[in-house]
Amino acid sequence: MSAVESPTPVPESAAPGSGRRSESDEAQRPEGRDSLPARAADDKEALREATRRDEVAPWLAALEAGRRRGEPEWLASLRDEASARFARLGFPSTRDEAWRQTSVAPLSRTRFDHATRGAIDDALDALPGFRFGGAFAGREAVFVNGRFMPELSSLGKLARVRVRSLRHTLQEDPDVLAGLIGAAADDEKHPFLALNAAAFQDGALVEVPERYAVRAPIHLLFISTGAVASHPRTLIGMNRGAQATIVESYVSPSGAHSFCNAVSEVLMGDGAVLDHVRVQSESGKAFHVATTAARLSRNASYTNHSLCLGAAIARHDLVVRLEGEGASTELNGLFASDDAQLHDTHSKIDHVAPHGTSRELYKGVLGGRSRGVKNGLIVVRPGAQKTDAQQASKNLLLSREALVHSTPQLLIHADDVKCKHGATTGQLDDVALFYLRSRGLDEAAARALLVWAFASDVVSKLKVAAVRESVERFLRERLGATGAVPGTPA
Amino acid sequence: MTMLEVRDLHANVQGREILKGLSLTVNPGEVHAIMGPNGSGKSTLAHVLAGRPGYEVTKGEVLYQGKDLLGLAPEQRAREGVFLAFQYPIEVPGVSNVYFLKAAANAIRKHRGLPELDAMDFLALCKEKAALVELPEELTRRAVNEGFSGGEKKRNEIFQMAVLDPALAILDETDSGLDIDALRIVAEGVNKLRTPQRAIILVTHYQRLLDYIVPDFVHVLADGRIATSGGKELAQELEAKGYAWLEKEPAPAGTR
Repeated sequence: MSAVESPTPVPESAAPGSGRRSESDEAQRPEGRDSLPARAADDKEALREATRRDEVAPWLAALEAGRRRGEPEWLASLRDEASARFARLGFPSTRDEAWRQTSVAPLSRTRFDHATRGAIDDALDALPGFRFGGAFAGREAVFVNGRFMPELSSLGKLARVRVRSLRHTLQEDPDVLAGLIGAAADDEKHPFLALNAAAFQDGALVEVPERYAVRAPIHLLFISTGAVASHPRTLIGMNRGAQATIVESYVSPSGAHSFCNAVSEVLMGDGAVLDHVRVQSESGKAFHVATTAARLSRNASYTNHSLCLGAAIARHDLVVRLEGEGASTELNGLFASDDAQLHDTHSKIDHVAPHGTSRELYKGVLGGRSRGVKNGLIVVRPGAQKTDAQQASKNLLLSREALVHSTPQLLIHADDVKCKHGATTGQLDDVALFYLRSRGLDEAAARALLVWAFASDVVSKLKVAAVRESVERFLRERLGATGAVPGTPA
Repeated sequence: MTMLEVRDLHANVQGREILKGLSLTVNPGEVHAIMGPNGSGKSTLAHVLAGRPGYEVTKGEVLYQGKDLLGLAPEQRAREGVFLAFQYPIEVPGVSNVYFLKAAANAIRKHRGLPELDAMDFLALCKEKAALVELPEELTRRAVNEGFSGGEKKRNEIFQMAVLDPALAILDETDSGLDIDALRIVAEGVNKLRTPQRAIILVTHYQRLLDYIVPDFVHVLADGRIATSGGKELAQELEAKGYAWLEKEPAPAGTR
């Protein structure tokens, strides 16, 4: 993959000779040993082991230093286990199947500040934009470097919906969270998930009461600043028959070398309906790793819109488990990468119960020498008869240097199901470009219009106007054609 | 002034010579029909005139209103008043017809030194022109050609032509795939756009369109050149005889 600039100096512990992870493992093998293949393999393994230990050491130290006393026993042991798991797994390498196309070496080599509270000063100017121009006033919780900021939040119009800081909940009423942390995000092989569980200090707890429909959308805004590592955690509980729209956005002021490692868990009761929007538009130098995991009971309906627009390296694992009969999910995604950005989405739709429906549409627009990864797995478990699953991944390459890996996978263990998947990758259509130019539009405007058209079916599904307009604005700016791209059809 | 002067035009598509010395003169107010069998170069001529990239002119020249046309990019030709109605119009999802056309119309107006139209004026113009081709107003607000039937797409092309107000309109097989009612509506739209100032080139395989849009001149293309030219009666002759006589063989019965 293309080089991503390492934003801050390499930590001392990863100095040459101590086995920094790289493609040059071979070159770093000590000289003068015998070269029997078995011996070489042992050496390599030992080196990897040393590398892993060196990489995780500062993180484990930060975990230890940040450890709060007085946490309930279930949480303390959850953290111990997670921390041990992270120490064992280390940062993933491209030898790990799930990370084959995504090297996090620039991230694992970077030293971050682990302070949970960062300065907001450098984000103040950008704040109105982060807030979608005030569209969520009264229904907005703001987090800076993973920490709830009551003075920036406005939660006066929530009526019966509960939005609380996870930290406050842990202090005041920790046992309501017992059994919920990790209830959906339970992939034990995911190092960043382990890191989040060990490290999270705060986040959002959203609970929508039974049979209560929230009309106005709720916004959870996560701002990362400076060279801070943060691990926000969101827990959304949709009780039976509840309905809501929740927007999570992840941002950082331009130039920030932050690392945001977010986890969102969604638990959906019978018949609950959630429109869950995720907009990641962090600074072009930031690292963003996230897991969104949802569990669906009977007839629950979960829609996830994921817009991956920013960061130097962004990885999103999206896992939806349809555990109740008749549950349905729709995953709607767009990533737009440019320069040397890397956008990786791994989605997994797990059909556990019969009569489940899933629809997935992911689109990628890649410019510059950016990289995209879209791995989509659909699992149909033995009992999940009458499953109806469709998945499509479509990518548009805008430059010769851009590259996308699109891998749809089906694992079907039931015999009475309908499953369809497809992946396409292409460039802008020459005839379409000519068509638009033959009407008087210049080439840049014509190209912008066609990219816009390509992304439109994903963008137009965003029901929250302020979010949709902001994504449209982003695309317009990215396409460098302000004014040339008309609005969406009436 | 002559609208279009094509002199000894040679053009390649993907390395293959398609136009092999074509000459044609079109004056303002005239309607010229270009007919000919498949592969004779009709559509290539239309696309070369509109400036399609990849269609390489190897010899000859084209003067449009006295100026060299071939040196202009497609959008410059459009702004100078050349319009091509496509045989297969492109769908542009997510972009409404009126917004697209407004961007196009204003690019053209700007080039001509005219003030840009605001949304209200433009909508009024669209309403008037949509009526001309019996295009339901609802379609003007829909995404460009998305989900349009074949007939609606062709009507939309003529609607665009009406809005963009070209000096030279080239209609590439606008009749193909249309049933008789749709053909009549499209043809009536084109007839309403005939003016003493505007020239129209109709590229068509069949004579049927010419029953509705009566041309001033008919040219028959064969193997990249104009084989013969005449008045509207030439089209009827072709209808009766087919194209086979162009191969300099007597047309056997039933070869049409």
